[in-house]
Amino acid sequence: MKGMRGFVRLEKRGGVSGTSVLPVTILSVLLSLAFGGIFLQLTGHDALEIYGLMFSGAFGSAYGISETLVKAIPLMLAGLGISLAFRMKLWNIGAEGQLYIGAFAASWVPLTFPDLPAYEMIPAMILLGMAAGGLWALLPAIPRAYLGVNEIISTLMLNYVAILWVDYLVFGPWKDPKGFNFPLSAPFSEAARLGTVGNTRVHTGIFFALIVAVIIYIIINRTKWGFEIRVIGESEPAARYAGMDIRRNILLVMLVSGAICGLAGMTEVSGITGRLQPNLSPGYGYTAIIVAWLSKLNPFAILLVSVLFGGLQVGGYLVQTSGVPASVATMLQGAILFFVLGGDILTRYRIRPGRGEVA
Amino acid sequence: MAESGQTNVLILILATAVTAGTPILYAALGELLAERSGIINLGVEGMMLTGAVCGFMAALAFQNPWAGVVAAMLAGGLVSAIHAFLTVTLRADQVVSGLALTIFGTGLSGFLGKNYVGTPLPAPFSAKPLAGLGDIPVFGPIFFQHDPLVYITYLLVPAMWVFFYKTRPGLHLRAIGENPWAADSLGVPVFLSRYLYVIAGGMLAGLGGAYLSLAYAPSWLENMTAGRGWIAVALVIFAIWNPVRAMVGAYIFGGIDALGFRFQVLGVMVPPFFLKMLPYIFTVLVLIVVIGRNRTARAGSPGALGMAFDREER
Amino acid sequence: MKLVEMKGITKRFPGVLANDDIDFSVGPGEIHALLGENGSGKSTLMSILAGLYRPDRGTILVRGREVWLRSPRDAIRYGIGMVHQHFKLVDNFTVTENIILGHGRTPLFHNLKSFSEKIAELGGHFGLGVDPGARINQLSVGEKQRVEILKMLYRGSDLLIMDEPTAVLTPQEAAELFANLEKFAESGRSVVLITHKLNEVLSVAHRVTVLRAGRVVAVMGREEVSERKLARLMVGGDIAAARREEFCRVGEVVLELQGVSASKDVGGQGLKRVSFSVRRGEIFGVAGVAGNGQKELAEAVAGLRWVHSGRIFINGVNATNLSPRTIADLGVSYVPEDRLGIGLVPGLGIVDNVILKNYRKPPVAGRWLINYRQAEKEAEWLVKEFNIKVADYRAPVSLLSGGNMQRLLLAREILGNPLLMVVVYPVRGLDVGAAEAVHRMLLEMRLKGAAILLISEDLDEIVKLSDRVGVMFEGSLVGILTGGSIKPEEIGLMMMGLAGPGVGA
Repeated sequence: MKGMRGFVRLEKRGGVSGTSVLPVTILSVLLSLAFGGIFLQLTGHDALEIYGLMFSGAFGSAYGISETLVKAIPLMLAGLGISLAFRMKLWNIGAEGQLYIGAFAASWVPLTFPDLPAYEMIPAMILLGMAAGGLWALLPAIPRAYLGVNEIISTLMLNYVAILWVDYLVFGPWKDPKGFNFPLSAPFSEAARLGTVGNTRVHTGIFFALIVAVIIYIIINRTKWGFEIRVIGESEPAARYAGMDIRRNILLVMLVSGAICGLAGMTEVSGITGRLQPNLSPGYGYTAIIVAWLSKLNPFAILLVSVLFGGLQVGGYLVQTSGVPASVATMLQGAILFFVLGGDILTRYRIRPGRGEVA
Repeated sequence: MAESGQTNVLILILATAVTAGTPILYAALGELLAERSGIINLGVEGMMLTGAVCGFMAALAFQNPWAGVVAAMLAGGLVSAIHAFLTVTLRADQVVSGLALTIFGTGLSGFLGKNYVGTPLPAPFSAKPLAGLGDIPVFGPIFFQHDPLVYITYLLVPAMWVFFYKTRPGLHLRAIGENPWAADSLGVPVFLSRYLYVIAGGMLAGLGGAYLSLAYAPSWLENMTAGRGWIAVALVIFAIWNPVRAMVGAYIFGGIDALGFRFQVLGVMVPPFFLKMLPYIFTVLVLIVVIGRNRTARAGSPGALGMAFDREER
Repeated sequence: MKLVEMKGITKRFPGVLANDDIDFSVGPGEIHALLGENGSGKSTLMSILAGLYRPDRGTILVRGREVWLRSPRDAIRYGIGMVHQHFKLVDNFTVTENIILGHGRTPLFHNLKSFSEKIAELGGHFGLGVDPGARINQLSVGEKQRVEILKMLYRGSDLLIMDEPTAVLTPQEAAELFANLEKFAESGRSVVLITHKLNEVLSVAHRVTVLRAGRVVAVMGREEVSERKLARLMVGGDIAAARREEFCRVGEVVLELQGVSASKDVGGQGLKRVSFSVRRGEIFGVAGVAGNGQKELAEAVAGLRWVHSGRIFINGVNATNLSPRTIADLGVSYVPEDRLGIGLVPGLGIVDNVILKNYRKPPVAGRWLINYRQAEKEAEWLVKEFNIKVADYRAPVSLLSGGNMQRLLLAREILGNPLLMVVVYPVRGLDVGAAEAVHRMLLEMRLKGAAILLISEDLDEIVKLSDRVGVMFEGSLVGILTGGSIKPEEIGLMMMGLAGPGVGA
């Protein structure tokens, strides 16, 4: 009892070995799947069958892959937005709300000016969606910058507000009068829809994600602004010492982070639903947190990991037919984050068994 | 006549404030315990949901709400142990681990509760007016005509205060949260204590969730906590880590929750969506006001909050 | 019989062999000095004896019986108590609460009053007076140290390990501490004094063990040692000390403070109407017990702390409350107290740290982008020029040794040929060789005509380097001493606010 120093001893390694990060992450993901499998088995399901179903559903057919990509697009964008804030150790947990607000603002364009041509409509939707998402993220950024109010809780609380706001609109003033009383806005005109790739539901939003990833990579690794973001994220006192304006950077980074998440909302309404509706997102904003963390904030890794998590989402829907709740996907996401977090320790420390200290 | 009618409505609202505040109070007290030991646990929402569903299932199986309470506390404690292991032993980032716990708990509860959505609970907790106290005018109906889980908080809150400030383990708990290196150098078991309080905190969060599914609702709905876990985290900051202030704060939040319900009774025409937004907006505003006022003092926050402890490394 | 014996102690940290087969012993009633440079392994050895670290090999005997020290609590049970250099006190607890913390005989519900009485009595008995009801954050450094000692006496310690106890004390406070330690020894208790100061060994220790690079190089009685002999044993040879040339071309005023006042971090006055000036080619030393306004002074000059009254001129320009960046552009460089975390960004590599101050200026910076090829060139040049040992330019600088870190930081700050350097505790934690290198760098800058504001709590360092010395006490500059004949004792009196040859510059 007395020697209870945890169950193991951790010894700091002399630095993070870059080569061990990837295998450890993969191992962690596999372990969490094993954990989920045991759980499924214990609750009376056939784990292998369910995993097989999920995998073949998500990646086993052209349709499955295209559905996976459809789900991956908002994850990519939200994950990229979040990664920028996380880089500065700003915990933007509000991607979900920023996505909804972006969707709302983007929808306003076709609902108010249904006759705009596409070359005006789409840019206007992008602009408004991004601006609204950015401003929504700015709301918690201001008290954070000026008073030090923890942004975790405030960004998260605003998610609920944003979702309720969209609910209000589609149940109330924006409800389609010809919609048989369903809580949906009127459908957008064709000019407000993003094009699709080939014969699939995959829309051109995927190119937005690619472009944003490249831009973020350049910002972080090559620009003066990115340098400031990295320094502030590592050590605020050092940044202040170097004369950097921390307040301005908090505001700016949250604004851009929220704008990218807002873009994710825009691509959802414009590329997928074609109207504003409740339950736009099955929690993309939260899943994107895991995506960003798992990718170690590397923008290109985010693109890749988003596809995997998009697949998980699709697989989760599919297994419902065999009696497994779709929540299994959410649960697995949580488990993956747990295991990766634990696995991280492996790359930073050597683990030794506790020596004679467990009584 | 009209006046006494309005008084009755007011009493009703305040009484609802107490019951609506109780789940948040349990969760906040749990978070307070964990944070006093230096560990932030942002998994409250997930622990509450896990507690709510497990409590509901057990209460249904045993036809007894107390079985639900036991199950909810066990479940909450169990999932919080994951957080304890990751943050105390493996020294993982407390924020990320807490987020993982929330996501995991949300998924787990949805998974477990799939077949229970909409199932009625035959034997929920029900109001049992306290003999004597329940008859006091005004105060009686507000505070003493509730279910037993509400009454337990009346004992728990002062007990926790006494524990913190008048007992030896309480002194040790505070020391661990303020400066674990100092506590450890005098032989206070830091690791063990942090495990203990994180798990105890998880049990209380589970109980808070169960209050929703066994007494307040009483039924199971996916995501039925609707952000109450996060409000509880904010409440701890508002309460400057003091259980008595947490109680007051919980009732204020409960009151705002209750207002949403009772507005119709008062004949106010506001879309329900806006009423539902109130607790969230209020939480943000409260944080801004409280932190804005104590900006320089970092008032009451445990000195080592969020810091991993390792004896051989500072 | 020996009170404590340690045999064949070996302790390895990643990359360092901190203790290599060390034997060490203390007898009853003995004051034993453990002498060694920073990094020689003396603190590690005593942390093992205090139950904080576990040795990889070796045995420990207390009164002839082998013991297992698995935690500080075990050590305390065997009567071993350690007073750490960085106090282990809970800041917003009272003295009494800190002392009874973790103590076995405290009952479930405690009555703090009765404990307070006992503590006051104990303090009176050993000449360690301190108010039991006071909160730690209201106490002076010397008082905090007394609380630490009381903590151990309250637990009945027979062996008191003091880790660099005089580092934070004035010479007078140090003398008082030594008198108390002698009293303990007379009462049959033992003391281990961890130190790197030779005069302390000679003045108070009965025996001395000298460590170098993790090994014992000598164990001797007081009568066998001399300062010169100890120095050679400790360092392993002679080290050419950096010398200040008395005569120097002192030029025009570079820094001038006029009645500068500023707040502390947490309420209260940090600086109270401080006035002085520093000229080109001059080192102005600021002495004082830590926490008497030195940090605030440095930050005010560097633009990192708001000055609410008074004015600061840099090279004739009113620089009061200008931004840190503007002040840096005026030719001010700043080597802060915390090397890692303020002066250097721990998680970033050498290149990023080298451009920390000039990442916005050409040729490193373009309009939007940073020219990393140029930045790498600068970093490589700096590393070569200042003899910094680097394995990987992209590895985080937190992996560098303390000496290399400080060289990197100083090199970067010297790079722009500053008019004024603000340097805070520049050799803290460095071994003698590294410290001398840093001193040489500073003296070279002085000869080149820079004005240097040197803040240190090491009086020997101040006296050795400074042309003039200002002494700070409770936020005020209580006096300025000039010339080559400054005595540490004189400074010490002023550090306690007891004497001052007239305030003002």
